[in-house]
Amino acid sequence: MTDEPRFEHPPEERAPSYLAESHSLRSWFFTTDHKRIALLYLVSITLFFLIGAGAAALIRLDLLTPQGDLLTNDGYNRAFSIHGIIMVWFFLIPSIPNVLGNFLVPIMIGTRDLAFPRLNLLSWYIYILSGLLTLYVVVSGGVDTGWTFYTPLSSVYANGAVVATIVAVFISGFSTILTGLNFIVTIHKLRAPGMTWSRLPLFIWSHYAVSIIFVLATPVLAITLLLVAAERLIGIGVFDPRLGGDPLLFQHLFWFYSHPAVYIMVLPALGVVSELITAAAHKRIFGYWFVAFASIAIAVIGFMVWGHHMFVSGQSVFASAVFSFLSIAVAVPSAIKVYNWTATLYKADVAIDAPLLFALGFIGLFVAGGLTGLMLAMLAIDVHVTDTYFVVAHFHYIMVGGSVTAFFGGLHFWWPKMTGRLYNETLGRIAAILILVGFNITFFPQFLLGYQGMPRRYHVYPPEFQVLHVISSLGAALLAVGYAMPAFYLLWSLLPGGRRAPANPWGASGLEWTTSSPPPKHNFIAQPVVVRQPYDYPLAHPASRDDG
Amino acid sequence: MSAGIELWPPAASHHAQQVDLLIGSFGAMVWLLTIPVFVLMSWFAIRYRRSREVNRDHAPTRNLWVEVGWSVIPFILVLGFYVWATMLFLDLYRPPPDAIPIHVVAKQWMWKFQHPDGAREINNLHVPAGRPVKLIMTSEDVIHSFYVPALRQKQDLVPGRYTSLWFNADKPGRYPLRCAEFCGADHSAMGGTLIVMPPQDYAVWLGRNRDGGMDGTLAQAGARLFRDLGCSGCHSAAASVKAPPLEGIFGRPVALADGGTLIADDQYLSDSILLPNKQVAAGYRPIMPTYGNVLAPEQVNALVAYLKSSRAREDSK
Repeated sequence: MTDEPRFEHPPEERAPSYLAESHSLRSWFFTTDHKRIALLYLVSITLFFLIGAGAAALIRLDLLTPQGDLLTNDGYNRAFSIHGIIMVWFFLIPSIPNVLGNFLVPIMIGTRDLAFPRLNLLSWYIYILSGLLTLYVVVSGGVDTGWTFYTPLSSVYANGAVVATIVAVFISGFSTILTGLNFIVTIHKLRAPGMTWSRLPLFIWSHYAVSIIFVLATPVLAITLLLVAAERLIGIGVFDPRLGGDPLLFQHLFWFYSHPAVYIMVLPALGVVSELITAAAHKRIFGYWFVAFASIAIAVIGFMVWGHHMFVSGQSVFASAVFSFLSIAVAVPSAIKVYNWTATLYKADVAIDAPLLFALGFIGLFVAGGLTGLMLAMLAIDVHVTDTYFVVAHFHYIMVGGSVTAFFGGLHFWWPKMTGRLYNETLGRIAAILILVGFNITFFPQFLLGYQGMPRRYHVYPPEFQVLHVISSLGAALLAVGYAMPAFYLLWSLLPGGRRAPANPWGASGLEWTTSSPPPKHNFIAQPVVVRQPYDYPLAHPASRDDG
Repeated sequence: MSAGIELWPPAASHHAQQVDLLIGSFGAMVWLLTIPVFVLMSWFAIRYRRSREVNRDHAPTRNLWVEVGWSVIPFILVLGFYVWATMLFLDLYRPPPDAIPIHVVAKQWMWKFQHPDGAREINNLHVPAGRPVKLIMTSEDVIHSFYVPALRQKQDLVPGRYTSLWFNADKPGRYPLRCAEFCGADHSAMGGTLIVMPPQDYAVWLGRNRDGGMDGTLAQAGARLFRDLGCSGCHSAAASVKAPPLEGIFGRPVALADGGTLIADDQYLSDSILLPNKQVAAGYRPIMPTYGNVLAPEQVNALVAYLKSSRAREDSK
């Protein structure tokens, strides 16, 4: 069977690539091509990443000294608030789904575009509108609530541009919901002939899972934030205890969205890593169904663990014990994925290129973040380390060590497909290692700071914490270099004379590698028909090829 | 950089040592489960790297029992730690009956403490070593969190409700107290010190500070407020306005106008003073005005302490 073509695909005819098709501004800003919209997103989230990173740089510089010489107390609070708000809603949440997902979902399932191309463009415009409003908040003095908007601080006491920020996040939610809706309909209705559910790439499974969270969780955040704005503007008394409201109600509503939002940020990353590992290993993924359903399990159980953010809030003891148990349960599907990736490398044919290095770096950081998450799920430990740097380190391991590393890995892996150019592989490997090292120097000391009792969101801190803070800031400088490197060599590859990418530079399976690099406007010259299992590499054991 | 790296914070209580033991053991198990994965992953990547001639026959791509094994076994191991951690946590919600009740009121950005015998202090909290202490806490404005790293304990203080935290610090010393919930501009300046003293020193300290702001014990101050505010004008048998009698009410069941019943605790008594229409006692009209704009939280604490003491007097009759 091995000499049979993997996909029935008519011979390629010449068609202009989606990039070469037209060069007018109009053809970009009014495009309905999912690939061009993906690039619009790539440029815009990169700009927001730079702003969020600028705020992070201010924070790390300021924390070099215990008395905080660079910023005022209020200025520091505004810096970490804008860092959190921009990184969560304007970088991390749209990063993988709206760039890589937008580009790849239709190609991977063998169709021309998403189900609702104009809705896709609309969701980018909504994102830009909410982003501009956030930029207005930044220049008009900022916001001092943290990204968590806890009441009654946000609804009564804070004096920054709280309502404008809330409206910005509220608007950005529509962009997220429309993207989720688009992905769900596309995956259900537009799969190529032969692309059965059991043949879906794992990237698609994880985007399907994340789309469910997009659609179900985001409206809860929208309503909650509107209530905060209403309390601030007209004093409706939902959260303010002086008016008979309950401040803890806000935390329940907020985390009912924001815990699933953590999985919004990490599920697409898990999908990316499954693709990178199998392509580098040149071998069918070990335990396809376990990895696929782990995504769905994470999405479902992820809705039932929000109370683990509230173990010391005054929540009932019984509720805490139940949330603690469920938080341990949600770790199981994540662990299953890690074990299966490891088993995939066994007897594989491993190409140690930059995408694999990013993927392995992801796994190491994700495991460290996940296991410290298990520690935080343990009630007696959480009482000590919650709201300290231990938590800060934990979620940066998941969201930055995890999601951002996977995003960079995915960007390297699909860069030839997206742009038709090959980047410098040596520089790619160096960047991957630099990011891994810089990240650990930045964030590992924060676990120690947290256990020693350094609370988060402290501008001025006791002098005994200074050494670890200085190490962390030096690591951040290294990390910044690691993140800046790809910006240069990836853009360099676009210059005239850059090396052209063949259709399948990695020798990977998957429909996206059967079309040209970059793909034509409608992705394929003719409708592809899928006749084989996913990850159908020659190394797969013959007996398990069709049923695994 | 005046100090070097301090790797482990001091432990001021038995509970703190238990938490250290828990995280130490759990950490050890986590490494035990993780290191083989990291080692195998790197070893596979290098051993099976492309262009290297090794045996790749019969590469497996699935195995149900392996999947079940690596899902279930670590989960069961972790569940053991779940039980341990939850038991330790439950201890934090079972204060001994003889714990010294100390009221804590937080506001932007300070800590105010009221000892039962009337001593008051700000940002410093003196307690006797080896005696259980129960903090009954609330906030005047936003949410704060009482955090003493040396106790490995923290608890949020929520406006409009009481939360509590108890501990038994057995090592005399001075331990930093910090606010752990972001509470506005000077959050990081909202610190203080927990001063654990040998019991005899504590007795001396109390004697010196008894008159720190109020005369007599907290309950006596409450009794005076009860009289000065005219509470007894309604809440007494001889009063012309019919209001529920309050003598000995603390800890007793109260029938409510909406048909429910509850036990009169700190929260109920405080709510009835600040938000009187929230829970109306059965058989009475909701005519009590709110005292929310008249009383500071410390005064509410004093009134509640007085109502509690009237329970104690009833019981001793």
